[in-house]
Amino acid sequence: MASLHISISAEPIFYLGELGFTSSMLVSLLTTLFLLIIGYQFFRSQKKTSNLNLIIQALIESLYEFAQTITPHKAGKFLPIFATIFLFVMFASWAGLLPGVETIWVNNGQKLVPLLRGGTADLNITLGTAIVAVAMVQIFGVDSLGIKYFKKFINFSNPINFFVGLLELISEFAKIMSFSFRLFGNIFAGEVLLVVIAFLLPILGPLPFIGLELFVGFIQALVFATLTLVFVNIATSDSH
Amino acid sequence: MSAEIAVEAAQNAVQATSNTNMVVGLTIALGSLAPAAAIGLIVSKALEAIGRNPEAASKVQTVMILGVAFAEAIAIYSLVVALILKFV
Repeated sequence: MASLHISISAEPIFYLGELGFTSSMLVSLLTTLFLLIIGYQFFRSQKKTSNLNLIIQALIESLYEFAQTITPHKAGKFLPIFATIFLFVMFASWAGLLPGVETIWVNNGQKLVPLLRGGTADLNITLGTAIVAVAMVQIFGVDSLGIKYFKKFINFSNPINFFVGLLELISEFAKIMSFSFRLFGNIFAGEVLLVVIAFLLPILGPLPFIGLELFVGFIQALVFATLTLVFVNIATSDSH
Repeated sequence: MSAEIAVEAAQNAVQATSNTNMVVGLTIALGSLAPAAAIGLIVSKALEAIGRNPEAASKVQTVMILGVAFAEAIAIYSLVVALILKFV
């Protein structure tokens, strides 16, 4: 009987000196390329009513309306970061369900490793996305409120406010950890579930679980993007 | 004499492995109790709010999904700890 291969960290498919380029990085690069190609096709298309254009317009419109329910007046300004995080996380998570992911093996110089793995099933990718999201929150805050934005963290007016500011600072780092682990845990647990079910019931077993993973990928992308939008809204609309 | 030591070491290793499995199972089981209760409370309050004011249903639903994601993240933290214990 073959044995399960579950590895919590994405394995490097080749090494650049000491740094390993992991299978998840490859898949997230391919996801980014896919999104760029679709965006470029939309940008350069002559006929404004071709099928691809209509799909993309419907997508952007529904994302804009959703952003408007959270930030009624500044949805246009925050739509790029919201839509980028949503689309990248959704397609990178869905990429882990395609055939060929985790089943094509290559030799990375030391042992046999899978060539492809879900884009967000690697803590590096989710941590990077979380750092980008929280950094954008700070950047939008400084952009709207100027340098006074940092009065939220460093506030010497009275001791209570000083500690509240310290807690706010710690909570920014807690947001990074929370974002990255929420996304990583959901997607990686889904991959483990799929591997175990495919091991136990190969013929029709994985079908409902792939459906579950489609739903989970969509919801986690929505939650990540919505939380980023909520934090950006809080950071830019401060008027104590 | 050395054979007895080797047998005892192997028995200890087996004991350690089965302890690890039990600890892993307990981690995720105990770590999911509070998030499950929390999600139940959040959704029940959201349903009450929707029942009281059906026009605000979509606003309530959006905030509810956000709250459920926060609560579920806690369960995911304990799941990640369990996975690390099992696979590393």
